[in-house]
Amino acid sequence: MTLDAKIPPGPIQEKWDNHRFNTKLVAPQNRRKFDVIVVGSGLAGASAGATLGELGYNVKVFCFQDSPRRAHSIAAQGGINAAKNYKNDGDSVYRLFYDTIKGGDYRSREANVYRLAQISTSIIDQCVAQGVPFAREYGGLLDNRSFGGTQVSRTFYARGQTGQQLELGAYQALMRQVELGTVELHSRHEMLEIVVEDGKAAGIIVRDLITGELTRHSAHAVVLATGGYGNVFFLSTQAKGCNTTAIWRAHRKGAYFANPCYTQIHPTCIPVSGDHQSKLTLMSESLRNDGRVWVPVKPDDRRKPGDIPAAERDYYLERRYPAFANLVPRDVASRAAKERVDAGYGVGELKNGVYLDFGDAIHRLGRTVVEQRYGNLFDMYANIAGEDPYESPMRIYPAVHYTMGGLWVDYNLMSNLPGLFVVGEANFSDHGANRLGASALMQGLADGYFVLPATISGWLADQLNQPAPSTTSDAFNEAADAVAERINTLLTVNGTRTVDSFHRELGQTLWDNCGMARNAASLSDARKKISELREEYWSDVRVLGDGQSLNQSLEKAGRVADFFELGELLCQDALHREESCGGHFREEHQTPDGEAKRDDDNFAYVAAWEFQGTGSKAKLNKEDLEFEYAHPSQRSYK
Amino acid sequence: MNLTLKVWRQRGPSDAGHFEAYDAPGITEDMSFLEMLDVVNEQLIHSGREAIAFDHDCREGICGSCGMVINGKPHGPKKLTTTCQLHMRNFRDGDSITVEPWRAAAFPVVKDLVVDRRPFDAIIQAGGWITAPTGGAQDANLTPIPKAVADQAFDAAACIGCGACVAACPNGAAQLFTSAKAAHLNLLPQGQPERWSRVTAMVDRMEEYFGSCTNYGECQQACPKGISIDFIAMMNRDYLKAQFKDRKRLVGASDLAGDGAG
Amino acid sequence: MSSMPGRAGAGPVAPVHQKGPRRFWIQQFYGSALGKKAVMALTGIIGLGFVFMHMAGNLKIYTGENADGVKHIDEYGEWLRTLLEPAVPHTGTLWLLRGILIIAVLLHIHAAITLSMINRRARPTGYKGGRTYGLGGTYVARSMRITGILVAAFIVFHLFDLTWGPANPDFERGQVFHNVTSSLDRWWVAGIYIVGNLALGLHLWHGVWSLFQSLGLNNPRFNTWRRGLAWGFTVLVVGANLTFPIAILSGAV
Repeated sequence: MTLDAKIPPGPIQEKWDNHRFNTKLVAPQNRRKFDVIVVGSGLAGASAGATLGELGYNVKVFCFQDSPRRAHSIAAQGGINAAKNYKNDGDSVYRLFYDTIKGGDYRSREANVYRLAQISTSIIDQCVAQGVPFAREYGGLLDNRSFGGTQVSRTFYARGQTGQQLELGAYQALMRQVELGTVELHSRHEMLEIVVEDGKAAGIIVRDLITGELTRHSAHAVVLATGGYGNVFFLSTQAKGCNTTAIWRAHRKGAYFANPCYTQIHPTCIPVSGDHQSKLTLMSESLRNDGRVWVPVKPDDRRKPGDIPAAERDYYLERRYPAFANLVPRDVASRAAKERVDAGYGVGELKNGVYLDFGDAIHRLGRTVVEQRYGNLFDMYANIAGEDPYESPMRIYPAVHYTMGGLWVDYNLMSNLPGLFVVGEANFSDHGANRLGASALMQGLADGYFVLPATISGWLADQLNQPAPSTTSDAFNEAADAVAERINTLLTVNGTRTVDSFHRELGQTLWDNCGMARNAASLSDARKKISELREEYWSDVRVLGDGQSLNQSLEKAGRVADFFELGELLCQDALHREESCGGHFREEHQTPDGEAKRDDDNFAYVAAWEFQGTGSKAKLNKEDLEFEYAHPSQRSYK
Repeated sequence: MNLTLKVWRQRGPSDAGHFEAYDAPGITEDMSFLEMLDVVNEQLIHSGREAIAFDHDCREGICGSCGMVINGKPHGPKKLTTTCQLHMRNFRDGDSITVEPWRAAAFPVVKDLVVDRRPFDAIIQAGGWITAPTGGAQDANLTPIPKAVADQAFDAAACIGCGACVAACPNGAAQLFTSAKAAHLNLLPQGQPERWSRVTAMVDRMEEYFGSCTNYGECQQACPKGISIDFIAMMNRDYLKAQFKDRKRLVGASDLAGDGAG
Repeated sequence: MSSMPGRAGAGPVAPVHQKGPRRFWIQQFYGSALGKKAVMALTGIIGLGFVFMHMAGNLKIYTGENADGVKHIDEYGEWLRTLLEPAVPHTGTLWLLRGILIIAVLLHIHAAITLSMINRRARPTGYKGGRTYGLGGTYVARSMRITGILVAAFIVFHLFDLTWGPANPDFERGQVFHNVTSSLDRWWVAGIYIVGNLALGLHLWHGVWSLFQSLGLNNPRFNTWRRGLAWGFTVLVVGANLTFPIAILSGAV
């Protein structure tokens, strides 16, 4: 089946304006008649909840954290892009659009990306008005820095804590609505099922994580803002609680899952230090502005980095990509690091990293400037790695960071399930096969503040004066029973292995076979292995405690169960996509010098997978991608 | 290294709770404190006992989820460090480590080391925001903000809401948390229109749940983000000034919210 | 637990400080803990002024007597009673000052007690495994209640001793020099004065620094001076006060 993305007609510059005019509105006095559920309180969820509340809808916001402020958007470090051209260096909406399409390796939807670039400027205005303390120059105007994959400085930042400040801005706006009574907040509540009635999203089943009570909530529209699924790899830069359950439950109920194999590996993370590792820590990409990446020329060089003379250092990014050098996009930088480490040039005790060296920057700018720019990141590194990055270079290695794939949505951000909207990282929409740095925050806030509030009225307007669905219908009863039964099953398997041990094994399998480089044979093996592991899980997992109180093992168990199924789909998608593009690198498809080789003739489409039952292969639906403005070319950063 | 842990176990809010001792063998210095607890939890589950419940999420020191009192200090012995960023190289082989939850009336224990910190949300809810509905903003560069002001506002805004300040305070006071948000917004030009109503509403809400400040400075020492008690002084001053700023009779929190909605 | 609409933070947490309905602003203000702290700071400033003047006046013990053989300190005591005469009646000004001081002290104590009660409710459970507090300044800060009680007790004794007389067998009304020297000649009385003043010192040392904080008189430019001011003021007042019992006990006066 070919999917209709409902892209409005007309020139790309006018699509969004025209579409907003043509979308049905809900009059202010009618908005309070509509109930909207928002799951998740990160940038997309909090901004959507706040804005919908301001508009006058009845909003319920759910998050599993103890406070909505803690959603993982808060950990984003580097910055947020916007086509303000405050630096007068040739930036424009069109250039941001073009960079994003190209950076995404021509696998994203032009109309969405153009809209994102248009909205980017309003986001900065909005956030400044809220009091987000962006970095400023001495004259009092906003400062910018550059990021990977672009040749302009368009990234706004707040030290190394941009995500924190944007998240707090959205959270504060949300809490204002809570005070006003337009938003009802449910923290420490986890969505465990979506309810679909007559083919439409009718509501959700949530578990109160403190009391274990299952409650039912119905609404005229359900918005999922539940983030990405990178934790399927166990080790990632995501927070420990990040999970796929909300979108996976929706997928099982009929929502298509698009491009799951587009996973982004971030090039600058602190390497694994041992088996105990519970997560990986990102060092902001902004570090590549001033840091130089290198490995020793000689393999197995055990000298201290300071003792290796310049002539015996291989600045491999500068060597291979002179034009962009240390600022090549993430996928390119990651693969280049993997190539060196696999070839035996890795550094550190476990030979599992490359150097990111600030020696030159400290020499050129002075320690004070470097400290001002990156102080908190350096401190963090010193704390974790136990080495002082002012004295010796950081050791870095790629790690799973972001997932471009997610639930399929149309131009209105509505999934194929009517009434189910998906915003932020949880949808697949804007980044194609690879996301540029500082664009995740942009997309989350664009969706939440501006896109969804404008498009949701088109869906709601047709339901005027219809009550929200009853929560005692058969559909709600079945969903609630299924959730209760699943919890009961997990608690009664009483096997021998812990949830974490399964999760680690799943993650290792995926990382080895469906990580930075993939091939057909290993993907088939991995899929089979994951499916066996899933079966073992349901017969041998050990979850202690009960379901009537705070039980973190039980929470994890439910999430990992969904990760298994997602892992299988991830392999299936990666296997079917017989090309290399962005974060998806198939060893069979590369140029002679090791760059990704796309196949635009056969794969210029979005793969939207339809659930066919646990363990069964999902069914492929396609949305063909057309490039009228940014014409696909071989990406080159040389 | 091999450690002995004394961990507070409490089944629920109404349970009295008690310490339990566990061995933690084979800990490496590269582990974070939470990874060490992960190891202990895996052992507990294998031996048929429930894992120790503790809040954690990002494990990068920014979400503010984690927090426990380690050997009598919130977030443990290392300054300017959250529990998740505390690495075991700060301990020595053979150490005995006592771990207990935050203690404050406003933060009742939910289970083991997990507490309920929702009164923090209530404070932000009362006034920790700028009324700036989506879409109504002017161009971001229209109002220049001196770098020094922006930087100071950021210093205050760096608060992660972990609650260590409350845990550290012998009075269970939340002044550092509240003043950090009030100062962040009150320092900026955008925050001026609501400056006086904000500080009044936030302080009033804070005082419903938390104790009062007696200027011990313990909060500042415990804060993993180095928030200064200078912000508390600023909040005090703003609160005093607010008594005289509103020519209208002083309004309550609900009226303030109404102003914003109008 | 489900959240209460309109109050995300309520949860199961019981308020520790119930404020009544809206009242006259000064009640409203004093009803808040921040207001109470401001009142403590302001009344503290009155107290600081008093202890300073008290110390300065007492230095006259050392200056001897006038041509008529009247001790300077007795002369000073009489002057206080005749202040602003004849515009105000005899002892009128003194009583006005005493009135302000008494009200300030009562407010200071009332605020301290009510704040302590709030704080006790806000932290009903201590750390079962012990709590390692910061060193130095915070210890003094945490002992403000103890030093406050000691100072209050000392003041009561001081009044019985040198103002009203029952604690001093040789008491003669109006004869300040005689009363001071005869009373402090007893080693245990001198001891009480020394301990009382040391407690006062600790109380002042934190109080002087702290009042800037409570009133928000705070600026990074002069914050570093606050500790210095606290030290200087405390050393001056307490240092001078301590010389009296020592000088009298040692027979120097």
